[in-house]
Amino acid sequence: MSKYMLIMRNSGSEQNYEDMDFEAVINAMGAYNESMIKAGVLLGGDGLTDAAQGAVVEFTADAPLVTDGPYGETHELFNGFWTIQVATQDEAVEWAKRAPLGPGNKIEVRRMTDDSDFADYQDNEYVKKEKGWREDLGVEVGGDAR
Amino acid sequence: MTDDIHRTVDAVWRIESARIVATLAKATGDVGLAEDLAQEALVEAIQQWPDAGIPRNPGAWLTAVAKRRAIDTWRRRGALDERYRAIAHDLSESSDDDWEPIDDDMLRLVFIACHPVLSRESQVALTLRVVGGLSTQEIARMLLVPVPTVQARITRAKKTLAAARVPFDTPEPTEWRGRLGGVLGVVYLIYTEGYAATSGDRWIREELAGEALRLARVLAGLMPREPEAHGLVALLELQSSRFAARVARDGSPVLLSDQDRSRWDRAQIARGRAALGRADARGQGRGPYALQAAIALCHAVAPRIEDTDWERIVVLYEALGRLAPSPVVDLNRAVAVSMATGPATALRIVDRLQSDGALRGSHLLPSVRGELLSRLGRVEEARSELLTAANLASNEREAAVLRGKAAAL
Repeated sequence: MSKYMLIMRNSGSEQNYEDMDFEAVINAMGAYNESMIKAGVLLGGDGLTDAAQGAVVEFTADAPLVTDGPYGETHELFNGFWTIQVATQDEAVEWAKRAPLGPGNKIEVRRMTDDSDFADYQDNEYVKKEKGWREDLGVEVGGDAR
Repeated sequence: MTDDIHRTVDAVWRIESARIVATLAKATGDVGLAEDLAQEALVEAIQQWPDAGIPRNPGAWLTAVAKRRAIDTWRRRGALDERYRAIAHDLSESSDDDWEPIDDDMLRLVFIACHPVLSRESQVALTLRVVGGLSTQEIARMLLVPVPTVQARITRAKKTLAAARVPFDTPEPTEWRGRLGGVLGVVYLIYTEGYAATSGDRWIREELAGEALRLARVLAGLMPREPEAHGLVALLELQSSRFAARVARDGSPVLLSDQDRSRWDRAQIARGRAALGRADARGQGRGPYALQAAIALCHAVAPRIEDTDWERIVVLYEALGRLAPSPVVDLNRAVAVSMATGPATALRIVDRLQSDGALRGSHLLPSVRGELLSRLGRVEEARSELLTAANLASNEREAAVLRGKAAAL
């Protein structure tokens, strides 16, 4: 069993949102989430608010550069994610395919690292501590998924 | 390309098979037949999808193919008996597009797979197969038994269900509690196979424990009003949170008191705590799984072993011992008592167990007794008990730890 993050990306225009029947979207997403809870695979997930309201910290050779809003040239915006626990990447992909999303959306499926990825570094003090930090950092929102 | 299709078919099967089998079992009234039909549909998918492409709704496709097969079989047999005709009618009437199996059928499937007419081994195999959607090969690999053995267990299970004329239904209210206990017990057994297996690769054992956790979550989703379903999820989450710290790099087991607590999975502990909260929120009191989860939580929240609330653990073990009396629970309570009030009181509990002849032949009792005696300074007796325990331990690594303790006295 590995954990995967399904990262939702949208390349559509803002107009998409204005035309949407928001209640229908909530219902479709709710049913999708429920199906993953019932299958015992959903660990957590969240939506992200408008990218224009966010900030971007960009790393350069000098001090990090902070700009408002989304990445300058990128037309694809992250707008939400799920974390699921399944047996194979193909299964994660199958779950991604079931998301109630229309044209213009993409879901990136990425396996999350676990202990086995750091097997050669188990004596590293920070690798040891990392697990203890997770809760504080909120890397995974498993606790109140339902 | 064919490889890709195979992997996709496997993944679709993992997600859809339980619901497909449940739908077919509802229509045919026969879980064994339903499973066979679903398998035939799977074979057809593997043949057709590489050329025809993967259908938009693979679950509906597989169900429709399986239903058509069922109807064909009955026509071929010339089975004109009323029951079959009614089923065939029902199958051909229902549209493939509005394929939406309901949770009730899944619940029926779960209760059938864990039906009391089946042996424990058959219950485990059938549950992993029809509810978990695992292949015979996967089950064999995880249970560390040969493939033909798993096949035989599943075949036997189907025959037994048919012979006992077990209806495709959930239990009557009068037997609900006992049958629910049976279902949760099967999932817990699957988990402990993975958690405490005495041989096999660590990752494989974790895989099996992971499957059990997934099954437990499925049960809690199907029966959200049952506190013990949430209690089981809580227990498995909390026990799993210690996986990384339980085994040293050389593969030897690490005792709870010696585990590096910074390696416990905090996110998993949070999920366990939330599940226990859902169990408690039902307001029906804690059952055996919730009590064990509460004990596991006491350990999980203690930053160091000396911060553990042992008195609370003693009380929880007392409650557990009354709801589910067992010498193992008493022995664990003795360990907690030794930490809360000292080894002398604990030794009295262990001595009583010994004089009752409980746990005879197991290394658990002499290993705890040896530990308590050593804390009381009775070195000679302690050494003898620890060596007795080492000789009884079936796990070689555990035996080595016990011999090491005896030598260190």
